[in-house]
Amino acid sequence: MRTPGGPDVAVGDVLLSVKAVSLSFGGVKAVNDVSFDIRKGEIRAIIGPNGAGKTSMLNIINGFYHPQEGRITFKGKARSKMRPHEAAHGGIARTFQNVALFKGMSALDNIMVGRTLKMHRGILWQLVRSGPALTEEVEHRHRVEEIIDFLQIQAIRKVQVARLPYGMQKRVELGRALAMEPDLLLLDEPMAGMNMEEKEDMSRFILDVNNHFGTTIALIEHDMGVVMDLSDRVVVLDHGIKIADGTPDEVKTNQVVIDAYLGVAH
Amino acid sequence: MVIFGQFLEVLISGLLAGVLYSLVALGFVLIYKASGVFNFAQGSMVLLAGLALVRALDFLVTKGFSFWAAVVVGLVFAATIMAITAWLVERFVLGPLINQDGLTLFMATIGITFILDGGAQMLFGSDVYPLPLFPSDAWFLLENAFPGGILVSKIDVFGGLIAAALVVGLALFFQRTKTGRALRAVADDHAAAQSVGISLNWIWFIVWLVAGLVALAAAMVWGTKLGVQFSITFLALKALPVLIIGGFTSVPGAIVGGLLIGAGEKLAEAYLGPAFGGGIEYWFAYVLALVVLLMRPQGLFGERIIERI
Repeated sequence: MRTPGGPDVAVGDVLLSVKAVSLSFGGVKAVNDVSFDIRKGEIRAIIGPNGAGKTSMLNIINGFYHPQEGRITFKGKARSKMRPHEAAHGGIARTFQNVALFKGMSALDNIMVGRTLKMHRGILWQLVRSGPALTEEVEHRHRVEEIIDFLQIQAIRKVQVARLPYGMQKRVELGRALAMEPDLLLLDEPMAGMNMEEKEDMSRFILDVNNHFGTTIALIEHDMGVVMDLSDRVVVLDHGIKIADGTPDEVKTNQVVIDAYLGVAH
Repeated sequence: MVIFGQFLEVLISGLLAGVLYSLVALGFVLIYKASGVFNFAQGSMVLLAGLALVRALDFLVTKGFSFWAAVVVGLVFAATIMAITAWLVERFVLGPLINQDGLTLFMATIGITFILDGGAQMLFGSDVYPLPLFPSDAWFLLENAFPGGILVSKIDVFGGLIAAALVVGLALFFQRTKTGRALRAVADDHAAAQSVGISLNWIWFIVWLVAGLVALAAAMVWGTKLGVQFSITFLALKALPVLIIGGFTSVPGAIVGGLLIGAGEKLAEAYLGPAFGGGIEYWFAYVLALVVLLMRPQGLFGERIIERI
């Protein structure tokens, strides 16, 4: 793996910063004047009750939504309106809340698509599958097989993903994101709908990705136990507003956060 | 023996004619698969490609080029025209309409149809232009086995060969190239495709370009058969039942659908025609499509439609 974050960003420095960002759909403010940062090498959780604006925030970072106000800085450069495929070029990968895989393809092909940006050989070479294109294809297949080994999905690599159980689909989706060798990995509820065992597996993979490859991770998650175990720092959103930001312990004991989750007696 | 020979002759000519329907249907399937747009303009793209080819050819031949050199240059010219069309369509129509629903995009392609029809005839003229790319006579096969042999038209055979080459080329393109893989990815999930760095605009340009090249192939064959003329756009209507039978999302479906309709309508004409007083060829395809719609709405090869309530 190449050095995540590139040579210009050292571990612990700010990789991405969100400053005073607001996003509204018509009259509804999905995100309201939110600022936080993600430091290189950390696992950053974004939590909050339903409708807090977590996924909107991820979509902003990823370029699917463009905030009306505020500024986003990635790797030290202020970002103008950026589209998702450009964010991918910049080194941002993601998974989706409801698993967005290429359903007609095998697990292997899905992960292979994650290598799209890294393949450069001419289309004619690829068509006849020889010469430099063959070398390249083999090289990328190699990287993909490593990811498959890492995620322990050897047994299902040739299976069409639509036929896989949900937990496995989530794993393939993580594999596709990893194939991009991202600097910043966004995970939208990586454990939603999983049983205890699957959750433990997924937690282990997330920690391993962070430890072994040094990939910076931002994740949204509902399972509080998981969030507290995994993350270095947590930002809490409620109704589009940031209500807390800090280590899991600080956030856990924050009265505003407790009220937001449990509701306050009026 | 005479009866069987006759049957074979009708069947073969039907199958070969069917291949030509498949050629037009293929263009529809490509665009529908990758962008969910039913491209009403496919027939007009055949006209545009055909006019560009035949007019360039005539011009070059009068300038003293040898015929086959002129064909090569003419094909390059027509391909360039299709590439420009693809770029314009993506840039000014589909790009701005991103994320609109299917009916909106369908209406937009109806608009494109009229612009292409008008533009093509304004640029290249609106007469009937003969396109003598392939010999127009026929072979007589198996003269020993059947009295008089089996008549097989050469144009249809060349058309079949072109279609076969196209299908093999497309299959390799989809399976082996990065762009082909990206196309399949876009067809399955737009958001996920974008998230791995695939640009939708680029993919849509590629799809329309490939559909344009398929239209050029269709124009080569149909143009030789009928002459390049406005009525070639009505081919799009013949492709509709092919799509319904084969399924809108399946490349093999487009081929099989074309073959079924081609063979079906010729056989029906020959054997049922007398009972109905002839003319079956003109409506057989649509009735067959209706039957398929009633029994298997997604087509023979289409993705199964699962409705959850």
